[in-house]
Amino acid sequence: MLYDIFIDPFVQMYDMPDFFLQVLWEGFVAGILYALIALGFVLIFKASGVFNFAQGIMVVFAGLTLVGLNENGVPAYLALALTIAAMGILAYGVERVVMRPLVNQPDIILLMATIGLTYFLIGFGEFVFGGEPKQMITEELGLPTGSTAFEFGERGLVILQHIDIAAAVIAVLMVAALGIFFNKTRIGRALRAVADDHQAALSVGISLNQIWAIVWFAAGLVALATGIMWGARSDVSFALEIVAFKALPVLILGGFTSIPGAIVGGLIIGFGEKIGELYWGGLVGGGIESWLAYIIALIFLLFRPQGLFGERIIERV
Amino acid sequence: MNAFATDMTAAPDGVSETAHREELLRVDNVSLSFGGVKAITDISFDILKGEIRAIIGPNGAGKTSMLNVINGFYHPQEGTITWRGKERRKMKPYEAASQGIARTFQNVALFKGMTTLDNIMSGRSLKMHRSFFWQVIWRGPAEREEIEHRRKVEDIIDFLEIQAIRKTPVGRLPYGLQKRVELGRALAMEPDLLLLDEPMAGMNLEEKEDMSRFILDVNQEFGTTIALIEHDMGVVMDLSDRVVVLDYGKKIADGPPEEVQANQNVIDAYLGVSH
Repeated sequence: MLYDIFIDPFVQMYDMPDFFLQVLWEGFVAGILYALIALGFVLIFKASGVFNFAQGIMVVFAGLTLVGLNENGVPAYLALALTIAAMGILAYGVERVVMRPLVNQPDIILLMATIGLTYFLIGFGEFVFGGEPKQMITEELGLPTGSTAFEFGERGLVILQHIDIAAAVIAVLMVAALGIFFNKTRIGRALRAVADDHQAALSVGISLNQIWAIVWFAAGLVALATGIMWGARSDVSFALEIVAFKALPVLILGGFTSIPGAIVGGLIIGFGEKIGELYWGGLVGGGIESWLAYIIALIFLLFRPQGLFGERIIERV
Repeated sequence: MNAFATDMTAAPDGVSETAHREELLRVDNVSLSFGGVKAITDISFDILKGEIRAIIGPNGAGKTSMLNVINGFYHPQEGTITWRGKERRKMKPYEAASQGIARTFQNVALFKGMTTLDNIMSGRSLKMHRSFFWQVIWRGPAEREEIEHRRKVEDIIDFLEIQAIRKTPVGRLPYGLQKRVELGRALAMEPDLLLLDEPMAGMNLEEKEDMSRFILDVNQEFGTTIALIEHDMGVVMDLSDRVVVLDYGKKIADGPPEEVQANQNVIDAYLGVSH
């Protein structure tokens, strides 16, 4: 028994390095996608202290809009542009209808409001695009399909799906762009100011409304990218919303306010659950992928409640 | 009180000086209540261009509420605010800031995670005109603008003598310095009206003297109109041109410091009176 837990998996890794590499790659891609979802949460949490329950459904909604438009004869790239516009309208609407009237209310009320938003988006999405799963328009968007196999060692083989490579590249670019945007621009400074102290931000003339709309729009863009990538791997359906809650352990690991934290947290969860599933999962009959992430997060929570990169919680008494 | 003796001579003496000055802000019959609690009842006063106007009164008199009305955090149920000759029912914080009203807070509201420099830079946010879109697409002009603003901010840092803490996150600074940084951020807005909510609270004598000097310099060198709330009577009497006194949300006196000081209502409010 002990042998199976502590020694055998590592022997396997050593014996079949190609398989191990394949697992690592799968973990990396999953991790990147978790990181993308978590990023959407972090953006909104940073700016308004709201845990945006609707981030998951925004992913679905963005994906559905894109595919739905294309189904109705809109060319792929135009559909993409229109979807981006739709996310902009959504951001403006949320700011106007949800955030603005609820400003200064306790966090729990804002959380409830985002849950309400979730159900609105589910209903609205089903009403407009129907409830059945749709195929992501991967080829129409010019994203690569197919796969490449690399020989590894003497008889090993590692297979990389092209869409996964594209997902990784796009995620990295997206994170870099957001990083530059929020660290180097005036809006970024304003965002940090709003995150730090609402009152002070108001007093120097930063418009909370504008910042919120921008942040929700950025989260919408992240949701769209996530929707395309997840959609391409499975398909676009309301079930995707559940995947978004994988972002929770990622956020606990990385800290709710840290962009690098979201990325590192996503990667740890991604690697952890793939490796755990394939090397240790068999011991308990498999299927640990669905809950291992939460266990990892729980263990981290015991040692670093503020997450890897979160701001340290210091309460002065 | 002797510490301010030199400043006293520099301050213009009340009525004769202020009589011909132009009116910058006026509040008329403003009332503000939270639920059933009346914070401000029917208060009117004006602030003249270039003066230092003090608002004093015992704790809970409604002083901070008054500042919050002026810069738009609170919206009064009754009364009007006239800012530069334009009458309005209420201000929005964003409007107030963009029209030249800056303020500091009683309990220091700084961006604690950011450096002194970034905090003061944030005061320039309304002065930066390059849209955020341009900042992303083409950095050239935005960068030039940034440098220009940075120069102004460095001037303020020199003026307030806080060069040494330029790169320090303000959360780590002692309280007196935080207050100074907060003043710097307000100054970075190049305001026409500067609202200071207890700028000297919790300071020792030396820090108070420094702060008094900065306030006078701001007023005299930049011609900035200042409205301040302060509990230290020595400071109030020395710095201000005119004083308005509030008690239980009502105005009980208004005039030059020496007149207010002699006012029986004011003495009663501060010392308490047996009914």
